[in-house]
Amino acid sequence: MKIAGMTSRAAVAVLVVLVIAAALPLLLSNYRIELATEILIFGVLAMSIDILSGFAGRTSLGHGAIFGVSGYVVVYASAQAGLSPAAAILLGVIAATLVAVVFALLAVRTSGVYFLLLTLALGMIVWGICLRWTQVTGGENGLRGDVRPAFLVGHRAFYWAVLAATTLVSYAMWRFVRSPFGLTLLGIRDSESRMKSLGYNVPLHLFIGFAVSGFFAGVAGALYALFNNFVSPSTVALQQSVEGVLMMIAGGVGTLFGGFVGAAAIIALENVVSAYTERWQTVLGLTFIVIMIFAPDGIIGMLRAILVFRFRSSPHIAEPRFELGNKDTS
Amino acid sequence: MSEPILSLSDVVVAFDALRAVDGVSLTVPRGQRRAIIGPNGAGKTTLFNTIAGVLPPTAGKIAFDGHDITCLPSHRRARLGVSRTFQITNLFPRLSVRDNMVLALRGRSPRKYSLFGKPDPDAAERAQIDNALEAVRIAGRADVTVNDLSYGEQRQLEIALSLVTSPRLLLLDEPAAGLSPSERSMVAEIIRSLGRDITVVLIEHDMDLALGLVDRVTCMFEGRVLVEEAPDEIRRNKKVQEVYLGRPRHA
Repeated sequence: MKIAGMTSRAAVAVLVVLVIAAALPLLLSNYRIELATEILIFGVLAMSIDILSGFAGRTSLGHGAIFGVSGYVVVYASAQAGLSPAAAILLGVIAATLVAVVFALLAVRTSGVYFLLLTLALGMIVWGICLRWTQVTGGENGLRGDVRPAFLVGHRAFYWAVLAATTLVSYAMWRFVRSPFGLTLLGIRDSESRMKSLGYNVPLHLFIGFAVSGFFAGVAGALYALFNNFVSPSTVALQQSVEGVLMMIAGGVGTLFGGFVGAAAIIALENVVSAYTERWQTVLGLTFIVIMIFAPDGIIGMLRAILVFRFRSSPHIAEPRFELGNKDTS
Repeated sequence: MSEPILSLSDVVVAFDALRAVDGVSLTVPRGQRRAIIGPNGAGKTTLFNTIAGVLPPTAGKIAFDGHDITCLPSHRRARLGVSRTFQITNLFPRLSVRDNMVLALRGRSPRKYSLFGKPDPDAAERAQIDNALEAVRIAGRADVTVNDLSYGEQRQLEIALSLVTSPRLLLLDEPAAGLSPSERSMVAEIIRSLGRDITVVLIEHDMDLALGLVDRVTCMFEGRVLVEEAPDEIRRNKKVQEVYLGRPRHA
């Protein structure tokens, strides 16, 4: 039996995770609730990068900029232009999608390291604009403004709102990557020339994939603006893109939900390590080297490999392909 | 065998000074099986890529079924009914055989743009996929990941991918490349059993295999058409023997 496209076992697993996630704020301190909120938001960013990276085989270093543009527009629209939070969020997501469309137009005909460098350069341009266009962006000082409506000011209330939004967009992303269109992205990842000869307009598919991915990065950016009430050039900087990519890799490329695992691992690490030393970025770097050597498929990939080794059920589960809608149980 | 489905007139493909294909004209009637043979460097693969739309011709015209396709990119030719296989196996290695077939099938259907739809093939698609897998004799392997297929099975899937869309022109680029003798005869059997509503143009190094399959043979040499004859005449043609097989061993 299938529930919302999931097998019943997967649906139960999702429900359990959601109940635990919803109960968390009752057990945690305010500070920890903030961390959990941040994890959810960055999990969405990492997933949006995974749509391109794990499925279309194109790793973007420009998603931090797309994410940040959404944040800037949300803060500007509500604090400077005086729009309602809902209108500000809508504008932010639209702006992020438009930026993604521009990025996509320029980048879809490239692949591999060229795609990486082109998206990096485009992200740097956005960062430069945010830094220099002082009248609008506040330059280095950034923009501050209380974006959250009154009923979301409390830590718990906001966490639950973010959890609800995250659940919704995660479900949308999951449906997207396993839709007929999502399969075409996997096809492009595996063989572009074959896709062309089968009648697919490959650049068009990559363009749509990029725009959709940018939309979801924009949602994450809007949530971040609500969370932080502040944006600055560092929100759109390369560092932001790199962190998103690292979270995705740490979770597992092509696993989609690995984004949350990676975000949790890195945000937790940042907070634990930064309590002891100012050089937490060094520790982060070393952690990555360790992950790349010992778990190149990410945390989820490693767990799968261990499960397969234990039960020797199916050797194919180690393939970087998400398994929520397990075919053999349907 | 009335009007031609494919016709090339004075097609030239030049890479700087090298004219890899140098003024080739040929017409293939509907339903014919045509082989393009010739020694290495004769321009077969270049000509083939030009028909498939991978390489634009430097000069000349290509018409398919009444359409001028000289400047069409390959995905547009595919939509008209031109389908090809690859000499070097070109599949989706990390997907299952069935997902490979689904991708092949949806290349010409609007369903490929379904962004949030259900992924599973519907009944009509399932039937087409099963038929094509049956035709190339790998029906039992639908749920296997392509990486886990044997090389021979991958070659069979290669043909199935280009068959499943019911093309009108099938371009086979060395379909038996790298196969064992028994696998070769299997591939020959698959091609022989194709319906006559499909026109087949194939490149093949293995003369015995090619000549046993086709109605007509075009032999290329140094970018030009040397002769165009029926397989039996090609076997006896002195010029072909010289350029392609070397000088005859028996007087």
